[in-house]
Amino acid sequence: MPKLIKQSVVIENIWKKLDTDFDENISNQAVLVPLDRFIENPDLVIGNAQAGVWLDSDQGPGALEPFIEKLALIAINFPKFVDGRGYSYARILRDRFNYQGELRAIGDVLHDQLFYLKRCGFDSFAIREDKDVDSAKSGLSAFTETYQGATDQPQPLFRRR
Amino acid sequence: MYKYDGYDKQIVKERVEQFRDQTERYFNGTLAADEFLPLRLQNGLYVQRLAPMLRVAIPYGMLSSTQLRKLADISRQYDKGYLHFTTRQNVQFNWPQMKDVPDILEELRSVEMHSIQTSGNCIRNTTTDQFAGVVGNEVIDPRPYCEVIRQWSTFHPEFAFLPRKFKIAVNACPDADRAATMVHDIGLDIVRNEQDEVGFKVFVGGGLGRTPVIASEIRSFLPEKHLLSYLDAILRIYNMHGRRDNKYKARIKILVKAMGPEEFARLVEEEWQHHKDKSTTLTDAEINRVKSFFTEPAYAQLENNSASFIEQKKAHKGFANWLVRNTHEHKKPGYSIVTLTLKKTGAPPGDASDKQVEAIAEMADNYSFGEVRVTHDQNIVLADVRQDQLFDLWQDAKKAGFATPNLNMLTDIICCPGGDFCGLANAKSIPVAEQLQIKFDDLDFIYDIGELHLNISGCMNACGHHHVGNIGILGVDKRGDEFYQVSLGGSAGRDASLGKILGPSFARADMPDVIEKLLKVFIENRTEEELFIDTYRRIGINSFKERVYAKAN
Repeated sequence: MPKLIKQSVVIENIWKKLDTDFDENISNQAVLVPLDRFIENPDLVIGNAQAGVWLDSDQGPGALEPFIEKLALIAINFPKFVDGRGYSYARILRDRFNYQGELRAIGDVLHDQLFYLKRCGFDSFAIREDKDVDSAKSGLSAFTETYQGATDQPQPLFRRR
Repeated sequence: MYKYDGYDKQIVKERVEQFRDQTERYFNGTLAADEFLPLRLQNGLYVQRLAPMLRVAIPYGMLSSTQLRKLADISRQYDKGYLHFTTRQNVQFNWPQMKDVPDILEELRSVEMHSIQTSGNCIRNTTTDQFAGVVGNEVIDPRPYCEVIRQWSTFHPEFAFLPRKFKIAVNACPDADRAATMVHDIGLDIVRNEQDEVGFKVFVGGGLGRTPVIASEIRSFLPEKHLLSYLDAILRIYNMHGRRDNKYKARIKILVKAMGPEEFARLVEEEWQHHKDKSTTLTDAEINRVKSFFTEPAYAQLENNSASFIEQKKAHKGFANWLVRNTHEHKKPGYSIVTLTLKKTGAPPGDASDKQVEAIAEMADNYSFGEVRVTHDQNIVLADVRQDQLFDLWQDAKKAGFATPNLNMLTDIICCPGGDFCGLANAKSIPVAEQLQIKFDDLDFIYDIGELHLNISGCMNACGHHHVGNIGILGVDKRGDEFYQVSLGGSAGRDASLGKILGPSFARADMPDVIEKLLKVFIENRTEEELFIDTYRRIGINSFKERVYAKAN
């Protein structure tokens, strides 16, 4: 079973990432529904405590704003770890839309990006399956101090030093 | 100059540890080569044609003599005893071993240096005027703002994986631009508004490379306290909308061009409304804290042009020549700004041996409060030299090979490392520079030509800034042979412009004759007060073209 780091704890990743084409009978299943299917039928996710919606790196988070208080899990896909759009999407969800639920990084999610992801508001990380999740976890604490404000610490160092 | 406190030290220390761990994971196979690549690039480590290359950051070009000595020492211990000053005010080691890099970073850390974000698709070292703080006509010293930007951009979590590299330059002189701000991703021009408040005129989307573009103004006045929130807004728009499908179309200049500067500005303003007046707004306390590191040194009360100084000028023609070419007026009476040229014939532009670097450190200690600045045209500036010590300095500089009085002249060539070192290059660039320096070694001829910027790049990535050379030379590959394309009319200054291609390219051996013909056209057509660029702009490219491509009779 693939693993997930959620709020710094390693757990089983039971969530199935669905593509656009799937059977709609997913009630009570742990699934991630793609954004366009969610927009067509928000109840697929909103009525299901286990379900979340996932965005790809070329889909901004704007369409989620009207639903933000009803969502408990949003996942952002990183098709390649060098595609950094998801960092900005995360900050918009957290800082602008005030999203309070779980924000998960999925896809090409690796040790050396965890610190940046965490700073942008992600709190769960589906580490790529071929990687050792326990050793990746140390990437969350690569630095103990930071210069600029971000979602995890909105006060920049110059307001604290 | 900025000094680290406990926070800065902690961050750099943790970076060294992080990179040591990444290097170990790379060598033990748990970090794949393609996963390590962006990480090592963000630490300045390239794998070049012959060996790795490590680029070290020199924030806005400032170095202390202690740091210079450490760089010399590293070059001896881990490299072949020399280093290379780049066109972005950084320094490169050309021959380190990959396994030694964490130790080199540890050495750098001991003198408050690092290689953070000197490469990769992130926010790079911020550059500025090498005469910052010592020229009379600047609006305000730009260096504190550069340091504020350095801290904001260091490990910025949202902008570590941008579509492409991102470079910011700051200028504070109304009548000069020594930082080439108009060919940067963001160019910040420090200005005062009608209420005499300091702020920035903001330009975006300038750049060289395959698609050279002069930057567009998107805001005429940004109050200083909003600097970082506005930069956040620009970077966020770029991060979300910049192209990622083609690395040659991924720079912000392509995005700005595609949507138009007005639309880009509108998106930034809209985004900025969400950032403005929040915690990223700069405080007076922070601006003043950073400014306190860039106060004036203990200048003596002196007069300009003392009798003995005038006497020395009269007695030594070489000294007088050097003063005209390689010194600049200082804001304080009795002081001068000196440029040591690293452009001696036979030496690759920007290269310096360990001994030369130590000699520079010695000169900095003896004549300029222990500090130097690196320039984007690959020279070294001693910013605070007493006029009554210039003669001694000139003699020391001559001995060390730094007194070639050719600053801003034909032979003060900007040149990338080229095919001798770089894996990207189509052609060698250093041998072309050398040929030209040998051909045009008559100083009287060079002075007669006057200010002329000749820039050479070994490929279209344009590290040698050929687009903004008055004469630009670009190495091209023609069926496996190295050829050189010439362009005319570029300028990196206040009147920034991009060069136009003259015509078909030339073999390397023909380059000195080609340049000579171009110079002859200039000499025949110039008016008394015209520089090369002025004559070119008046008469256009055709006269040059006809002469160079005329069939021999």
